[in-house]
Amino acid sequence: MSDNGTFKPVIVGFLCNWCSYRAADLAGTSRMGYPSTLRDIRIMCTGRLDPTFVLRALQKGADGVLIMGCHPGQCHYQEGNYKAIRRFALLRRTLRQMGIEDERVQLHWASAAEGVRFAETVARVTKEITALGPLDWTHNIPNEDPYAEEEAHV
Amino acid sequence: MSKPKLALYWASSCGGCEIAVLSLHEKILDVAAAFDIVFWPCVMDFKYADVEAMEDGEIDVCLFNGAIRNDENAHLAHLLRKKSKVLVAFGACAFGGSMPGLANFADREQIFDFVYKESPSTVNPDGVVPQKISNVDEGELTLPTFWNTVKTLAQVVPVDYYLPGCPPEASSIEIAVNAIVTGQLPPPGSVIGPEVTVCDECSRTKSEKKIKRFYRPQEIIPNDEECLLEQGLFCAGIATRAGCGALCPSVGMGCRGCYGPNEGVIDHGAKLLTGIASVLDANTPEEVDAILDTLPDPAGYFYRFHLPDSLLRRKARKNGQKLIESAAEPA
Repeated sequence: MSDNGTFKPVIVGFLCNWCSYRAADLAGTSRMGYPSTLRDIRIMCTGRLDPTFVLRALQKGADGVLIMGCHPGQCHYQEGNYKAIRRFALLRRTLRQMGIEDERVQLHWASAAEGVRFAETVARVTKEITALGPLDWTHNIPNEDPYAEEEAHV
Repeated sequence: MSKPKLALYWASSCGGCEIAVLSLHEKILDVAAAFDIVFWPCVMDFKYADVEAMEDGEIDVCLFNGAIRNDENAHLAHLLRKKSKVLVAFGACAFGGSMPGLANFADREQIFDFVYKESPSTVNPDGVVPQKISNVDEGELTLPTFWNTVKTLAQVVPVDYYLPGCPPEASSIEIAVNAIVTGQLPPPGSVIGPEVTVCDECSRTKSEKKIKRFYRPQEIIPNDEECLLEQGLFCAGIATRAGCGALCPSVGMGCRGCYGPNEGVIDHGAKLLTGIASVLDANTPEEVDAILDTLPDPAGYFYRFHLPDSLLRRKARKNGQKLIESAAEPA
C-alpha cells in the first residue's frame, strides 16, 4: 500500500544478467519512466530460475512475479530460456490450481537494447496486477489451533 | 533397569502406518522387548486421560503418524509433545500432510457440502448433517472442530525426527528403531533416510529424457527395462528421497513421491515441477502446452504428499477474511 491508501503492488523481478537486466539498466540510464513496483533480482539466466524462488516470493508477500530474459534463440547459454519456457508453462498451470491468477506471474523477453520494451512491460504488468488487488498470501492460512501457545514453529 | 517407554498415535491418517509397524513381522518382538508400550490406541486400550496423567517427558519415544486437521489431532499433538522426550513425525502425513493434506485444495465448507450434500453417492433427502454439539439422553456429545487448512505435525509442535514414506517401509522403520535403541541418532530435526533420490535405487536403464506426451497408467503397458519417465509415465523418483528401494517403478508404476523432498529441498513440488519440465521435448509455448495437455492435475502430482508442507501450503481462499470469521461458528 502506498501512503495515500491506494494499492501499489510489490512485484519481484527475476532478470537475466545478459539481456533483461541490461535492458533495465538502459531504461534507467535513458531516464525512461516506469512504475516503481519492481524489486529486481539479477539471475544469470532465466534457465536458473528455480520455481521455488517464485513460490517463496508469493508466500512472503509479493503480489506478483515478473521473469524476464533473452529472446528465444538469443540465450547467452544457448538454451537456458527454452528451459524457462517449459518450466514456466508448467508453473503457470500449477499456480492456476493454487488459485493464483495468470497475470500475477509472467514471463517476458527484452534484449539488452530494449529499454523501452522493458519499461513498457513493467508498466503493463503493474497495471494488470494492480487491477487484481493484493495477493496477501498469509491471509489464506489463519491460525486455527486453539492449543497453540504461539504461531506455527515452522 | 526399566525399559524405555514408547507411544504410538494416529491423528488424521488411514491406519497404514500402524500396519507398517506390524510389517516388521518378528522384529516387532524386538520392539516389544526393547520398549514398554504405554500408549497405542490402534491396538491396545488406552485413554487420553492415561496420557494426561503422565509426568512431562515420561514417554521416551513417541511415533506420531497422521496430519493435523482438527482440534482433537492438535490436542494430542500438544499433549504427546509435552509428555515425550523424542517426538518422531512418522510417515508422510505427519511429515508433509500427504493425502489428508490434499484437502488444502478446498476448504471446510466445500468439503462439507460435497461429502454431506453433493457427492454422487450421497443420499440425504432430509439434509441431515453432523452437528458440533448433539444432545442425547446420556448428555451432550461434541465433535472436534474441523480446520480449513490441514497442517503437518511440525507446523503445530516442534518435531525431533522425521520418518518419510506412505507408509514408511519396514526397512526404514528398522533403521529408525535401531538408531533409537542404540542411541545413535542423527542431529535433531533430521529426516531419517538416505540423501539420494529414488532414481539411485531404481534399476531401470536411464538415457536422455525427451518426451512428446504423457501417458496415464491405464493408457500404456510400460516395458520392464527403460526409465518410466522416458516412456511417458509420470514418475516422481527424480525429485523424491530414496529409502523405499524404488518399489513402485520396479513394478511398472511411476513413483508417487511418498518419501518426500530430498535433503535441502524447501518445496518438493517445485523440484518435481523443474524435473518434469526438463523432459518435455518442445521449444515453443504452444508445443509445451500440447504436451502438458496430456498431464492433467499437475499440482496434484507435484504436491500429492507435501502440500501442507509446501511454501504456499494451500489453495488461495477467495474472500479469505469472511471465511475465517464463519469458521469460528459450527458448520
